[in-house]
Amino acid sequence: MLRIDCPWCGPRDETEFRYGGQADVFYPEDPSSLDDAAWAEYVFVRGNPKGWFAERWVHVAGCRRWFNTERHTVTYEFREAAP
Amino acid sequence: MSERSERTVRRSDETPEHPDFLWRDPEPRRHYDVVIVGAGGHGLATAYYLAKNHGITDVAVLERGWLAGGNMARNTTIIRSNYLWDESAAIYEHALKLWEGLEDDLGYPIRFSQRGVLNLAHNLGDVREGRRRVNANRLNGVDAEWLTPDEVKKVCPILNTSPDVRYPVLGATFQPRAGIAKHDYVAWGFARGAYQRGVDLIQNCEVHGFRRDGERVVGVETSRGFIGAGAVALSAAGHTSVLAEQLGFRLPLQSHPLQALVSELLEQVLDTVVMSNSVHVYVSQAHKGELVLGAGIDAYNGYGQRGSFHVIEQQMAAAVELFPIFSRAHVLRTWGGIVDVSPDASPIIGRAPVDGVYVNCGWGTGGFKATPGVGWVYADTIAHGRPHPLAEPFALERFVTGALIDEHGAAAVAH
Repeated sequence: MLRIDCPWCGPRDETEFRYGGQADVFYPEDPSSLDDAAWAEYVFVRGNPKGWFAERWVHVAGCRRWFNTERHTVTYEFREAAP
Repeated sequence: MSERSERTVRRSDETPEHPDFLWRDPEPRRHYDVVIVGAGGHGLATAYYLAKNHGITDVAVLERGWLAGGNMARNTTIIRSNYLWDESAAIYEHALKLWEGLEDDLGYPIRFSQRGVLNLAHNLGDVREGRRRVNANRLNGVDAEWLTPDEVKKVCPILNTSPDVRYPVLGATFQPRAGIAKHDYVAWGFARGAYQRGVDLIQNCEVHGFRRDGERVVGVETSRGFIGAGAVALSAAGHTSVLAEQLGFRLPLQSHPLQALVSELLEQVLDTVVMSNSVHVYVSQAHKGELVLGAGIDAYNGYGQRGSFHVIEQQMAAAVELFPIFSRAHVLRTWGGIVDVSPDASPIIGRAPVDGVYVNCGWGTGGFKATPGVGWVYADTIAHGRPHPLAEPFALERFVTGALIDEHGAAAVAH
């Protein structure tokens, strides 16, 4: 089980969290300018790197707050998200 | 070609004796008409059908590790075709029909056992989904029945069907033609068949990159040097995103750990396959006697071939409630594979955004059952440079057009 460092509550078991996938996926600034391919990219395509991955978690069984972190997708090790 | 001549392998219900070799380990040549990346079940089946159905034998299957050592060695071997949507039922039923004749076709024992699969319903939503799926299956020519709890008990007497458990069994769908096969024999059968027809199986050969001439791919850079290719067919499951990145395009895939486990060898107590979507476990008993149990995916992205223990714990809790007799069994081994999950839980098969490149990925948790079927349609797609009719709905373009084949929650899959 992963040990996840909640920025507000400290290190807790993975079972207290829910995964939120890739971090920093923003709604398009000018939605009406997107064609179907660009919408497909926004809706369906996410980073899937083998290595460091900026991702989100939510501490559902704790403070219920979202946060960004970086995790290595092979070693599953965490490091602080780049600011 | 004498090295590739037919070898006699005993065909029976017995485990075959280990032959000296089933294929040779060749040095890669400088160029092939088709280079398949990934020697798992899908890659090997594709090579086999390229040679057998289309006479294309100038083919190499490149494998980073050893042959069939990824998900082909890690799956729970369940074979069924009781999917909800027409497109899915068509391709999985095509696969199931091939499975039914595969032992004769390959001339190799694969221990395909059509022992049926029960997909349990534990709540009203499950019941409605199950009944609907039975009707959809029948309309598509897929064998399917709806069973009441009493009928479920007759098919599987050790299943706890009492109404006073946390998630009572309210019924089940049953596909009698579903079953299991011995996954490594399946891989070896396809490998041997491909090898005998002239395909080179090249292990310990990792693809690092691709060489292009304009818009077209002309070969692959590997740990064993450059290999030219007329066409490149990706068949790398959980690592497809990594290869796509080297080719300069992105795919709607997320790679997740998927875990499974086996018990010690036990007397035969379970002669069918039991799956439960709601409580998240699926179980069968291997020919040798191990109980084989699969879980749902771990939530996070991962390439580590291992997952978190609480997923195993949850799966075991579900299994023990459904099968009280299992509470005395011991876990012998747990493991994880890397599955590439697509947004609609359906595979992506067809042409890639780079000329000469084909993709076969996104099978998520359910690729094993499709092995011969996808090998057949992928080979046909590569041979003709256009999608096979069964592959066409599964093209990458569906994420742009919106014509998704949404099997999440619809396919009796414990995602």
